[in-house]
Amino acid sequence: MSRADVLVDADWVQTRRDDPKVVLVEVDEDVSAYDGGHIAGAVRMDWTTELQAPFERDVVDKAGFEALLSGKGIGNDDTVVVYGGNNNWFAAYAYWEFKLYGHADVRLLDGGRKKWELDGRELVKGVPERPATSYTAQEQDLSIRAFRDEVVASIGSKNLIDVRSPDEFSGKIKAPAHLPQEQSQKAGHIPTAINVPWSKAAADDGTFRSDDELAALYGGQGFDDAQSTIAYCRIGERSSHTWFVLHELLGKQDVKNYDGSWAEYGSLVRVPVQKDV
Amino acid sequence: MCGAPDQDGLPTLEVSAREAVVHGVVSRAGQPLPGAYVRLLDGTGEFTAEVQSSATGYFRFYAADGDWTLRTLAPGQVVDVAVTAVLGRAVEAAVKVPA
Repeated sequence: MSRADVLVDADWVQTRRDDPKVVLVEVDEDVSAYDGGHIAGAVRMDWTTELQAPFERDVVDKAGFEALLSGKGIGNDDTVVVYGGNNNWFAAYAYWEFKLYGHADVRLLDGGRKKWELDGRELVKGVPERPATSYTAQEQDLSIRAFRDEVVASIGSKNLIDVRSPDEFSGKIKAPAHLPQEQSQKAGHIPTAINVPWSKAAADDGTFRSDDELAALYGGQGFDDAQSTIAYCRIGERSSHTWFVLHELLGKQDVKNYDGSWAEYGSLVRVPVQKDV
Repeated sequence: MCGAPDQDGLPTLEVSAREAVVHGVVSRAGQPLPGAYVRLLDGTGEFTAEVQSSATGYFRFYAADGDWTLRTLAPGQVVDVAVTAVLGRAVEAAVKVPA
């Protein structure tokens, strides 16, 4: 796999704007952003109500994912390009979920809607009408999803990448300022984890850094290529971004996203926690 | 991590004792600048949140006590403004983008 197979730029999107087999999907942290304007032809996905299970803390189940994509008019053989705000933070979560359910061709728009806007490209308010499809999802690909028991068993034996901010990692704070404070019971991090904040993988305009810069970023923090890897953050979205970098851009083998993340781990009974403050 | 606070509306704020608000207006040549991307960076320079300025150029963050940097991106320009947030207060930070 190469970067071009998983990441596209604005010109790539512009030249395919009339191709019905290329579907743009906008996923934002702020789910109302789409209403203020979006890339022509893009459909919206709401990460809170559409990509997550309605009651459990989980991704939407297979039948739910099939109903979602069918309703959005996305077919199994469509090329899906996901984009959003905040460095594609929630778009990367959607990308991971598409891969989890085995969608063949999904890509991210480099820089997301921020770069698109800063470059002065057009946004529209019209909502596209796509005829419903009959989408068939695969069973979840658990080679890219880690659960808590595996995480606990991986302490000291796998690359554990904590992608939260240094203050969350050290245990000074339980959740970043500004955002809703979904919280763990305890502060700190998983012992032996290295701290590489997710946002360091992107430039200010939201585009991903070069492969060489990314390799140096993780290598410089002690990433061991001989080991398998689990990325985590607080609720699994920021770590989707890092999962994309490690697995999709850099082609590292056996990289999983732990979507339970610190909100789960930091509430477990009898697991080791490291706190630095 | 959903639901960053609404960026619209004028800053008539009631700030609780547990909140440390940083807010202001992004402007260029004295005029409000809508649609700018304003980032909240913590004391280590690490990304915390990002919002867009409203139709009136307004932005608002619910920060925490301490020193922050507001990094604003407008087409072709980046402006950093240092600000110290204080619990129980709304601290105003004006972001002036060069014309």
